[in-house]
Amino acid sequence: MIAPTKPDLVTVNIDGKEIAVPKGTNVIEAARLVNVDVPHYCYHPKLTVVGNCRMCLIEMGLPAVDPATKAPVMDPATGKQKINWIPRPQIGCGTNVSPGLHVRTTSPMVKDAREGVMEFLLINHPLDCPICDQAGECKLQEQSTGYGRGYSRFVEQKNVKPKRTQLGPRVTLDDERCILCSRCIRFSKEVAKDDVLGFIDRGSYSTLTCYPGRQLENNYSLNTVDICPVGALTSTDFRFKMRVWFLKQTDSIDPESSTGANTVVWSREGVIYRITPRRNDAVNDTWMADSGRVLYKQVKADTRLTAIKVNGADSALDMAIHSAAELCKAGRVAIVGSGRSTVEEQFLTRKLAAALNAPVSLVSRVGQGDKLLISADRNPNVRGALVTGLIAALPAPRLAELGAAIDAGTVTTVVSLGEDLAAAGLTAAQLTKVSVVYLGTHANPTSAAAKIIVPTLTVFEKSGTFINQQFRIQKFLKAVPGPAGATDDLVVLAKLVTAAGTAIAASEVGPLWKLIAAEVPALGTMTFANLPDTGLLLDATPYAALPFAEGETLHYKPAARPAPATA
Amino acid sequence: MPAPAQTRIIFQHIDEPGYTNDLACYVRHGGYEVLKKAVTRKPEELIDEVKKSGLRGRGGAGFPCGVKWGLVDRKSGKPIYLIVNADESEPGTFKDRYIIHQDPHQLIEGTMISCFANNVKQAYIYIRGEFPHGAKILEKAIAEARAANLVGPNILGTTYSCEIYVHRGAGAYICGEETGLIESLEGKRANPRIKPPYFPAVLGLYQCPTIVNNVETLCHVKYIAQHGGEAFAKIGTPGNTGTRVFCVSGHVQRPGYYEFPAGTITLGQLLNEVCGGPLPGRKLKAVIPGGSSAKILRFGERFKGKRKVGAEMVDYDWGVEDVPMDFDSLGMIGTMGGSGGVIVMDDSVNMVEALANINAFYSHESCGQCTPCREGSLWMKKITTRMVHGEARHEDAALLKSVADQIPGRTICAFGEACSWPTQSFIAKFGDEFKQYPETKKTAKPAGAAALI
Repeated sequence: MIAPTKPDLVTVNIDGKEIAVPKGTNVIEAARLVNVDVPHYCYHPKLTVVGNCRMCLIEMGLPAVDPATKAPVMDPATGKQKINWIPRPQIGCGTNVSPGLHVRTTSPMVKDAREGVMEFLLINHPLDCPICDQAGECKLQEQSTGYGRGYSRFVEQKNVKPKRTQLGPRVTLDDERCILCSRCIRFSKEVAKDDVLGFIDRGSYSTLTCYPGRQLENNYSLNTVDICPVGALTSTDFRFKMRVWFLKQTDSIDPESSTGANTVVWSREGVIYRITPRRNDAVNDTWMADSGRVLYKQVKADTRLTAIKVNGADSALDMAIHSAAELCKAGRVAIVGSGRSTVEEQFLTRKLAAALNAPVSLVSRVGQGDKLLISADRNPNVRGALVTGLIAALPAPRLAELGAAIDAGTVTTVVSLGEDLAAAGLTAAQLTKVSVVYLGTHANPTSAAAKIIVPTLTVFEKSGTFINQQFRIQKFLKAVPGPAGATDDLVVLAKLVTAAGTAIAASEVGPLWKLIAAEVPALGTMTFANLPDTGLLLDATPYAALPFAEGETLHYKPAARPAPATA
Repeated sequence: MPAPAQTRIIFQHIDEPGYTNDLACYVRHGGYEVLKKAVTRKPEELIDEVKKSGLRGRGGAGFPCGVKWGLVDRKSGKPIYLIVNADESEPGTFKDRYIIHQDPHQLIEGTMISCFANNVKQAYIYIRGEFPHGAKILEKAIAEARAANLVGPNILGTTYSCEIYVHRGAGAYICGEETGLIESLEGKRANPRIKPPYFPAVLGLYQCPTIVNNVETLCHVKYIAQHGGEAFAKIGTPGNTGTRVFCVSGHVQRPGYYEFPAGTITLGQLLNEVCGGPLPGRKLKAVIPGGSSAKILRFGERFKGKRKVGAEMVDYDWGVEDVPMDFDSLGMIGTMGGSGGVIVMDDSVNMVEALANINAFYSHESCGQCTPCREGSLWMKKITTRMVHGEARHEDAALLKSVADQIPGRTICAFGEACSWPTQSFIAKFGDEFKQYPETKKTAKPAGAAALI
């Protein structure tokens, strides 16, 4: 890990507790460090401060100094410097720490202010929690248990606003629930750089809307749903599907590109309902792309492979392994590994290649980066193949070498780890010339042409690690069980390696890591269980000369990449 | 004690027969002579004169103008902007309108002197959208002044250049709030900014140091440049120097504008002598002394306390009529001098209905950015409207007060105070009327009473 630069520390006093925090920290963040919760709606750590919800009002005081001499004024009662308390409450989000700052978050003034704001926010709110998707993760609900009245003094008519505006293809807006915090507006403008949202009308009749003729349709639009503190912005996909308190949360990684955005998979009884971002300040902050949120749909896709096949006939795993081993024994085997495989799978793939003495190629997936969280390299784990030693150079654009070898007859069997060889550059004619052993999740031309098919698992159904573009190794966990008929990739690979003559004792992530740590020096100090949730940065210097495809993204700069030390 | 005579400085030529708003007329009356002299002086000298004068801003808050200029960040290297706040929107106030319509060159001269003093190269006159005619007059006056080399590049043959642009608002009260005005001028919604960090003197228009002054304030600067800060400070009373323009409206015989040295006239003298007292057969009931957001005063109440006169503390015991019309005295009795809009109500007015009118205004004008003001102002309006047009309840007075108490001091800008002070003071001073309103409603309105809003 890179040693953080030593920040300028300032000592502040929050509810009587002293703490040293970096200069520039605001009161909400400083209070968090001493486990004091300052309720807020509009403040978001990754957006600019506007201070408009007024929920984070705190009482603030500064040490008294004599205006003439600048000497501290002491309080004879306590023997400490006197504190001048400001008679008006101040916003915690917009107040940055200063030396000796004193903050009260539990005084009657603060309590009164919070209760006032809470009541105001609720008077025109529809209070339709029983049918609201946000229920269970709604800040308004949360804070009203602490600062709400429990009954309403409001006997007037509530404001009427549009109930279901389609802001874009994926986001639905209920304006009556909106508390006008402007987080979504700021996100669109500052992070997504697609300034399409804004308020129209005035006062309590203010209404969130899209710029006329435009839509909230950028690939980050669903982040507005995540940061909406209430149920105003909802995901059209997730709307009315499931109560959030029934859902199990599993840490995962977005496999869309080498950015490796940290995510949470929300599932219940083996069914995934949604994917949301997980905060990682070094990778994706609190954001993720919309495209990564629909990937769970591949789990239940019609094209999912669920039957082990040998020569088109249903088979059992051991039979398929035996047949594959027979094919491989004949020699002239090539392996097409994958940048989508996990580090563990790539490690076993290397073992398999060594046992079969087979050449390995990887399929390259280079596209356009969006400068935010989708990098140019759409393989999530090319770095993993480098670190595990599966490959030494970056994958070539098309499988030209393999194609030539097939044409020359030096390769007659291809083991593909989930890669569609047709899409990767092999011609239909070339495919007919070889026997394909296909380990994969979904049907494609390669599976159609394959002699042996072993269905395997998607990222949501297994645990493993990816190494992202920063050479940060990040783990993801199994969220749901795989479908009947599919086998864990590691089990299949371990059996293949064993059948090829090299005994592999482990086919689960935990035990396998002992082997990995022993054989891969860069990962020598780690175990799967010990990997922190936010990942670990590896030494990238051995690969500095490789021409990686990625351009700049949110927390990645290709040119000025620092040389990190191994953790 | 008879009322003192008016001292017309700012309104010297207003409604003067034969006085027109063109450059020739202004020059005939000695116009732009002050600017000609001012550009030969050192800018620091002019700022010192303003500081010495003790001039307080005439927009409403009464912030000392010299201090405001002193806060401007002159070291950043960024350009300094000056904005003339001509968004005169406070109900009951109509002084700037007269200056703009009848004596625009006085404002332009005052603006140019202030710009020169502060090394401002670009000034904006932000005029409210409801003054289309005023905007045209200003445009014409600026064109005349530019043609006469009084505005624009190298004015009066010097190396100093300064442009003035007129920018029209789109009809929002909040644009009178200086940071809201700046946002509006930048082309955005007029949402006031949080302070800190966005103090206009440091991070104002386009994040550059900015001075925002009221129209009347800048006209006073012209007088100060002409006669010196000390001469200006001799007018009025210490701490409340210069003259004040009072815009009297409502139930008096002679409503209108009156200019007096600050603090030399009492509210009673102003209303009873200068404005001719109540209408025949009526009695004065209440007065709002500084624009509709100022707290209301009830005739018959008394204010007691100690005040500073010179170096001594002196007891005072005032009725509403005895209060001197200056920032400090009005502040002492719990209201404010504000923008000088004096709104008078006599015994024909029902205070619930009057408040319903004020609340309708403020709920309509709240920008909607921060919660207490946005929700509170509309809630108060809904309560008072229901009281007037629907069912009034005895407990509404207490509810109104409680809602109003949850707003001030907790908002981004002073609108929180502006919208809650009327309700707070109406209930405090006329609580009985609010409690009795359910019964009052049952009695028939007098014939000819105006329809309620």
